[in-house]
Amino acid sequence: MATASLTEYLFFSGLLFAIGLAGVIIRRNIIVIFMCLEMMLAAASLTLVAFSRAHTEMNHGLPDYDGQMLVFFIITVAAAEVAVGLAIIVALYRARKTISTDTLTTLKN
Amino acid sequence: MTLWLLFILPLVSAALIHFVLKQNYAGLAAKIGTLFTFGTLVLAILWTREVFTIPASWTWISVGSFDVKIGFENDQLAKGMMIVVTGIGFLVHVFSLAYMEDDDAKARYFGNLSLFMFSMTGIVLAENFIMMFIFWELVGLSSYLLIGHWYKKDTAADAAKKAFLSNRIGDFGFLIGILMTWILAGSLVFSNMDGAAFISHGECLAGIAVLLVFCGAIGKSAQLPLHVWLPDAMEGPTPVSALIHAATMVAAGVYMMARFFGAIGLEALAAVPATQVIAWIGGITSLVAALMATQQNDIKKILAYSTLSQLGYMVMAVGLLNPNAGMFHLYTHAWFKALLFLGSGAVIYSCHHEQNIWKMGGLLKKMPITAVTFLIGTFALTAVPLFSGFFSKEAILHVAHEKNIYLFWVALVVAALTSFYMFRLIFVAFLGEPKDDHAKHATEVESRMFIPLMILAAMALASPFIGSLIPANNFTPDTTPHFNFLTGCSVVALLAGFALVLVFYKGKKEDPISIPLFRNKFYIDEIYAGIVKWFQDILAAVVHFLDEFIINGMLVGGFTRLAQGTGNIFRNHAQSGKLSHYALISGVGVLLAIYFTVFN
Repeated sequence: MATASLTEYLFFSGLLFAIGLAGVIIRRNIIVIFMCLEMMLAAASLTLVAFSRAHTEMNHGLPDYDGQMLVFFIITVAAAEVAVGLAIIVALYRARKTISTDTLTTLKN
Repeated sequence: MTLWLLFILPLVSAALIHFVLKQNYAGLAAKIGTLFTFGTLVLAILWTREVFTIPASWTWISVGSFDVKIGFENDQLAKGMMIVVTGIGFLVHVFSLAYMEDDDAKARYFGNLSLFMFSMTGIVLAENFIMMFIFWELVGLSSYLLIGHWYKKDTAADAAKKAFLSNRIGDFGFLIGILMTWILAGSLVFSNMDGAAFISHGECLAGIAVLLVFCGAIGKSAQLPLHVWLPDAMEGPTPVSALIHAATMVAAGVYMMARFFGAIGLEALAAVPATQVIAWIGGITSLVAALMATQQNDIKKILAYSTLSQLGYMVMAVGLLNPNAGMFHLYTHAWFKALLFLGSGAVIYSCHHEQNIWKMGGLLKKMPITAVTFLIGTFALTAVPLFSGFFSKEAILHVAHEKNIYLFWVALVVAALTSFYMFRLIFVAFLGEPKDDHAKHATEVESRMFIPLMILAAMALASPFIGSLIPANNFTPDTTPHFNFLTGCSVVALLAGFALVLVFYKGKKEDPISIPLFRNKFYIDEIYAGIVKWFQDILAAVVHFLDEFIINGMLVGGFTRLAQGTGNIFRNHAQSGKLSHYALISGVGVLLAIYFTVFN
């Protein structure tokens, strides 16, 4: 069974992160930005899992589960974050009738 | 030991009055001050009789091979000067007992008078320049305190300040001069100064040293251009004017120069042309002051300018390298000028503090003793033959005639002017009709005032003939009357001045002559005020520039503007309010952080 190497995982994770970051920067729709943020979070989780798989020598051939434990936490926190974030977006939309970041510039002045 | 007593007595008196008696025992304080001064007079007379052994100097400060000592001179110069100081000092004390009878700060007055006596004694006795300088400053202090005795009067307080500051300028030069003398002559002790070494570094350096030392005399003896303080110093009580600003302290400059020239040696100084400058400053001062005196209306101011003029004579004699003639004139002048000042004090006292001569008149009949003694003083000052001033002025004219014919003519003109302004004073204030109610009701003063006047009048007649009191080394005054060119010139000058007064001022009610230039003292005070203002304005402009532009504009304001400007850049450009910009900046920031942590 051909498995992917750590480098390939990391490359893929980095790509995912970069796409996410680019999305956050470029896109105007706040829901898309939110999704891109989630993608960056997923990239980070993927890195953790990849390292967890790779580090087997200290644990008699078994993966280092600390990394995978952390991923569970991230998923949990992300779920909570999505709930809060979407609620904010809904509240924002109700207040401003828009979800385009071009018109949401009240941070200035 | 007795010399120490002479030295310390006035200090004890000053301390006693200032710290123990104070104003609570003012009457006692006055008596103690007078008594102690009488004690010093007795000791000084005993000293001239050569009964003391000179005590060894006391080392005050010792640094390596350099000692500052408190020690005493023991020559005729110091002895005679001591007689002048204590003699006039005692008479002025007696006069003050009456004059300052009802003063609110009598104790302070007598305490300061004692302090002055102590300081003056120190100058006269000083055997080295450091000791002399210390007491030189102390007389400056006591003069300041006494001019400002009525300090609640603004004019008195200002005059005191002016006197102190003018002297400060002179003393600055004096101190440098002392240090230069120390280097050039090898010693600060008068008896150890080496005249040959003093001039061996070239006449230029020696001349600078002499002129710098002379700076001290310019300040203290009120020579041009620092003469401005002396007329103003007349704001002090009149006995103080008599003692300090006519007879003793202002003469200290001449005494110091005589002591200094004696220490260096006149033969050595003959090679230093800078002494000519001293002679000319003296000559010009005497001329300018005499011109100013001719147009003054305040009786004390006239005498003050006359003092300036006579001090100019003395300085001229010193500058012409004949300090003995200068000291002889100092000695005779001290007696008759103290007489004139105390006489004017008596007049002012009787006329209820009226000082304007045009409001007096007819005082000869009202107060005959004062008037006659005043007249004797005037005769002495104007060099009427056989009065004391005649002999001493003759000595100076003789020196000037020998050494510098131009100064001789200046001195002669001054003699004529002296006669003019003094007889003007006599004609206006003492003769004619009383011009004011105060003058009409003037009465003769009490005995504590007129007895000192009589003693001084006696000295104004007799002083040249008492050779043992004259403060000059190896000097016998020429008191034989003879008729020659100089005597003739002197008498002609006297008569010329007198005749002019007779023509212009006899029976006049107001001044028939008006010369604003002389009356306003050649506008010298105004010029000084202008220079000071100009200098202050420039200084203020520079300071204003530093404060406004450098400190406030660049430092304080600069930093605030820097912070503000940086903030503005971020506020206007970085804070766009667009979410994506913030995300980009934060992303770039993270990337840079990673780049620098990982790859460096």
